[in-house]
Amino acid sequence: MDAQGPPTRSWSIETRTKASRGFFIAVAFLVALGFLAPLFLARSTVQDLFFILTMLVLAQCWNLLAGYAGLVSVGQQVFVGFGAYAMFACVSLLGLDPISAIFLGGLGAALLSLPTGFFIFRLQGAYFAIGTWVVAEVVRLLLAQWRALGGGTGTSLPNSATRDMWATQFVSELFDMRPAQAMDVLTYWLALVVACLTTGFIYWLLRTRRGLGLAALRDNQEAARAVGVDAARLKWAVYICVSFVTGVCGALIYVQKARISPDAAFSVVDWTAYVIFIVVIGGIGTLEGPIVGVIVFFLLQNALAEYGSWYLLLLGAMGIIIMLFAPRGLWGLFTDRTGIQFFPVRRMLVRRDGHHSKVQGGPNG
Amino acid sequence: MIWLDTILQGVLLGGLYALFAAGLSLVFGIMRLVNLAHGDLLVMAAFLILVIVTMFGLNPFLAALVALPIMFAIGWSLQYFILNRTLGDDILPPLLVTFGLSIVIQNALLEGFSADSRRVPAGTLETMSLPLGPVTVGLMPLLTFLSAVAVIVALNQLFYRSELGRAFRATSDDAVTAGLMGVEPHRLFATATGIAMVVVTIAALYLGTRANFDPTIGPARLIYAFEAVIIGGLGSLWGTLLGGIIIGVAQTVGAAINPEWQILSGHLAFLLVLLIRPRGLFPRAVD
Repeated sequence: MDAQGPPTRSWSIETRTKASRGFFIAVAFLVALGFLAPLFLARSTVQDLFFILTMLVLAQCWNLLAGYAGLVSVGQQVFVGFGAYAMFACVSLLGLDPISAIFLGGLGAALLSLPTGFFIFRLQGAYFAIGTWVVAEVVRLLLAQWRALGGGTGTSLPNSATRDMWATQFVSELFDMRPAQAMDVLTYWLALVVACLTTGFIYWLLRTRRGLGLAALRDNQEAARAVGVDAARLKWAVYICVSFVTGVCGALIYVQKARISPDAAFSVVDWTAYVIFIVVIGGIGTLEGPIVGVIVFFLLQNALAEYGSWYLLLLGAMGIIIMLFAPRGLWGLFTDRTGIQFFPVRRMLVRRDGHHSKVQGGPNG
Repeated sequence: MIWLDTILQGVLLGGLYALFAAGLSLVFGIMRLVNLAHGDLLVMAAFLILVIVTMFGLNPFLAALVALPIMFAIGWSLQYFILNRTLGDDILPPLLVTFGLSIVIQNALLEGFSADSRRVPAGTLETMSLPLGPVTVGLMPLLTFLSAVAVIVALNQLFYRSELGRAFRATSDDAVTAGLMGVEPHRLFATATGIAMVVVTIAALYLGTRANFDPTIGPARLIYAFEAVIIGGLGSLWGTLLGGIIIGVAQTVGAAINPEWQILSGHLAFLLVLLIRPRGLFPRAVD
């Protein structure tokens, strides 16, 4: 739709705005700064940033799934866990390098999504949600039977694999760091790349014809079908893509952790509940929402770290209140008041002289 | 004889799962709401019974009787003040609000009762058993199963023989038209969730007296309940009982082969039914 010209030559369709242009320059600067960050930040800060970036990737994935494709999954931990286990299998059993095994972890998760999708796409709406949870439990219980990878108690990556990991030695010599610290820097860089690619990919997707179909599905499924959006196919495609990215992210998280157990890798709280709250608090159905959400989430976690379960209780209560009274989240509140969008996907008719004359479509496309 | 015994234990366990599921099925049938906090409300009811038993030294059955109106009030208010706001065409708000509620209840219970395993003491009832032909049956499992049957008979009577049930069915079919006939959907929904919480309290009585429980077991019970509902077919309470029995038998048979396979074989039975009959064994509702 983007590429098609308007009927008269002096008009064109644009999605960019002044704010978004300024934002992209700022983002380019921030990403560059992010790559240099390990040079001047403490190791624990780099680990914090790694955590934030991986949560952001998971949140963007779940947002695409639930906020756009209408697939409300509470079983995304299955792809985090499976990606991580596939990576462990490649490293421990096949002797591959952890970095290349991360990609294979994503591939494993994408392959897993075919049989799991076959089952859960038989369930509608709300039952789809619990179906994803059942599937996650089944995969967790099956992997807990796999003795070669530690069964129910789990296992660790062999020391030699993490020490000799690709580029670790190079980083360690370059920055004069110990190998363990170099590994943190390397995984952090990878997380930064994955987070940028994921956000970029979703933004690109939403601006294409398929993205317009997705937004239409989100707003009104029946109407979208009536104008020719192939809902089933689009949902399958999104489900598989999200599984791949979630798997890559899971594998990356567990390269950094270097120790895995079924209960931790398939934890519904860590990989799904937190992610859902991040997206809901930030603003579901927008690209900015998960970014805002992950920052709020991290600040809250640091502030309330010593209160244990009170922290989750508060997070849950915040999620409920936001869903009831401000369903478009903190970012929705902000953008309603200011009209600012950093990732605009709304198609606007623009005259050649650049003057915005007419606005079409809903607030988010 | 061992196999007969295993299957019988599974059938009786299925009664417990049907009790978990009946409330879920009721709420879904009337307002198309899937309550992801169902399992945690169940655990909360079990803790409520435990508190009443330990504070007043009551028999657990009497304690459950005391808990019934409290849980009804909790369910009524929950629906009236929170969940009614989420109803609509969009499935996202009810799912996310009940998911948040599940996390809130779980962590509130953890904060209040710690992560220790508890059990509601039921005295001699726990160990009593009946010789039934070639096998012996524990009294508590038998009572559980009979309660499940009684609850399903009572719910069916309520649904198809009473004025309230007529209003339920009318609202389920077409809430707007039912509203024109003088039914207030929001109050009706609140009553329905209240009744579901009464059933949950009965289930919690058996959950708490038969085995250990702790604040984190809710989600697993939600999953068993959900599987029973789907296997039975949406909208059929007897189907739900059969679904519970299938899960129960699959679990005990799986456990008899290898103790680690207990939960897994229940889930696999569910996936098998989903594969063969995606709409369940006795589908009634269209959606």
